[in-house]
Amino acid sequence: MDIDLITNILYAMIRTGTPLLIVALGELVCEKSGVLNLGQEGMMLMGAVIGFIVALTTGSLLLGFLLAMLAGVLMSLIFGLITMELSANQVASGLALTIFGTGLSAFIGSDFVGKPITGLDPVFIAGLTDLPIVGRMLFGQDLVVYLSFLLFGAVYWFINTSRPGLILKAVGENPHAANAIGLPVMKTRYLAIIFGGAMAGLAGGYLSLAYTPLWAENMSAGRGWIALALVVFASWKVGRVLLGAWLFGLASILHLVFQGLGFAVSPNLLAILPYLATVVVLVILSSNQTRSRLVAPMSLGKPFYAKG
Amino acid sequence: MIKLEPRGERSSTMAYLSPVLAALLTMLTGLILFTLLGVDPVEALITILYVPISDTHGLAELCVKTAPILLCAIGLSVVFKAKIWNIGAEGQLLMGGLFGSYMALQFIEVEAFWVLPLVLIAGVLGGMCWSGIAALLKVRFNTNEILTTIMMNYIALNILLWAVHGPLKDPDGYNFPESALFGDAALLPILIDNTRVHFGMALALFAVVAVWVLMSRSFYGFQIKVMGMDTGAARLSGFKEKRLTYFALLLSGGLAGLAGVGEVAGPIGQLIPQISPGYGYAAIIVAFLGRLHPLGILLASLLMALLYMGGEMAQISLGLPLALTGLFQGMLLFYLLACDVLISFRIRLKPKKITTSPRLSTLASETQG
Repeated sequence: MDIDLITNILYAMIRTGTPLLIVALGELVCEKSGVLNLGQEGMMLMGAVIGFIVALTTGSLLLGFLLAMLAGVLMSLIFGLITMELSANQVASGLALTIFGTGLSAFIGSDFVGKPITGLDPVFIAGLTDLPIVGRMLFGQDLVVYLSFLLFGAVYWFINTSRPGLILKAVGENPHAANAIGLPVMKTRYLAIIFGGAMAGLAGGYLSLAYTPLWAENMSAGRGWIALALVVFASWKVGRVLLGAWLFGLASILHLVFQGLGFAVSPNLLAILPYLATVVVLVILSSNQTRSRLVAPMSLGKPFYAKG
Repeated sequence: MIKLEPRGERSSTMAYLSPVLAALLTMLTGLILFTLLGVDPVEALITILYVPISDTHGLAELCVKTAPILLCAIGLSVVFKAKIWNIGAEGQLLMGGLFGSYMALQFIEVEAFWVLPLVLIAGVLGGMCWSGIAALLKVRFNTNEILTTIMMNYIALNILLWAVHGPLKDPDGYNFPESALFGDAALLPILIDNTRVHFGMALALFAVVAVWVLMSRSFYGFQIKVMGMDTGAARLSGFKEKRLTYFALLLSGGLAGLAGVGEVAGPIGQLIPQISPGYGYAAIIVAFLGRLHPLGILLASLLMALLYMGGEMAQISLGLPLALTGLFQGMLLFYLLACDVLISFRIRLKPKKITTSPRLSTLASETQG
């Protein structure tokens, strides 16, 4: 392996891990509030299709990304409404959100399949981009990747040191106690759900506006689900989400590595790797029952009714 | 002001009414959507819900499409009763198709009665194999079955693609990603002449009856239901939780596998990359819509099959995207979940007058007096 190959692999690893990181950060915040939203995949697809259509028709990538986030938020609000106001089962509602988002995005985007678009360009930082090996990886990416670094820092700070972050965790651990001491349980959960939606929308927009860039039905290819597994993998810790997202990014681009090393393996079999890695990681992490029960937010997936 | 008020107990009337309500709401939303798209809404609705089954050919095709959905959904009803979230019917179906195809291709030249049973068994085993892995991981390693089954859907799809592009590709097929056509002995017999209605529909109906008997008449079914309602009670009664988990998952995987092999050995007749337009996911909706009851599931799968045909018809005659089917599926499930709130809550238009607490009322009377 030469230096160029390593540089390229590291670059592609971050690029591929970025949408996973963004979705997983959103889902982490959402789950910290005690809400399990399995609809990431559906929200991502809606973000991808709306972002693509907006960017293609207006020519503005920024507008595309903003409306992609808005699409994610609107989708998450459907979920919020159904689980919080109508106290529907969170698992079933999240699943419905994914099925609905897959259908709706395919419906909206059917006229836009295969249309070309100029994607987001990388932004080089004078001096830093030319660093050996890590230069391209950390300083030769596009703006959304840099934004994902910032988002990671912000969520890390928010959850670990800020007061609203403490409220978020309190609501997720024990909503009844939080309610009893006057913390706004419903509002906190809504905000967490909305943040999750915005992140999923942004990640979807990243896929259709920067990563690929084009729109295809079902283009998120299970990334929303992998992100859900990532949160488990990270044991609900922000730092490990970053590590996990980049590792999964690496698993998704292993075909580049194999090609670079001159192996001929079927691309279909290599495409299995990220999914297989997800299963393996889940097995390793959940085999210790006591531990896995302790690290998850206590009220995860359980509805909350304010008894008044 | 609309207010939700707990009923105190589940309303069984609403439990049956909710799917109907959800279907009506989906239709209503469809009408609005078509109007917005500039399509005559009534014509669109007729095109989707009536035209596909307006003749015998259409009715026969409805049966062809119902069979795989019904098989998957009836299997899912068992696992869902046990509160095991098997989202992997799609992958189990694909594996059934793949295993069945492998077997059929081994005996492509053989004309014997035992080929078809062998192919079907291979398909069932393929599905069981796939759900069995999820069961093993859940029982042995406590792994969340939602995530494993969904990951295994993607893995199954990629294995299928690999097989159809590689080892199972027809050597005389001009490099198309398709297997050779199966021999006649591996194909499911046609039930009704001049149609494509094949033996798979009979198998599906048999599965419905069998699951019905299992769940309502057998001790195993009873144990599964108890486990779903209250794990603690099931454990206390000495029910073997692990064994029941294996049983439920293997059963649903096997039926999904049968659905898959029924497609390749039925209407398709060879292995191709697209053996299912998401039947396994549609079956989840069907299972919920049918209230996990065999009869309800039968009706719901007919509706779902119609939705698939209606989507195709709308594409042909109205120029609407084929994704219409997926959109309606999603809406149906959402409306169902929303309507289900009425099972345990009732709607009050005016909130009850707030009665003042005794202390406040004495205070009030004191000030008045």
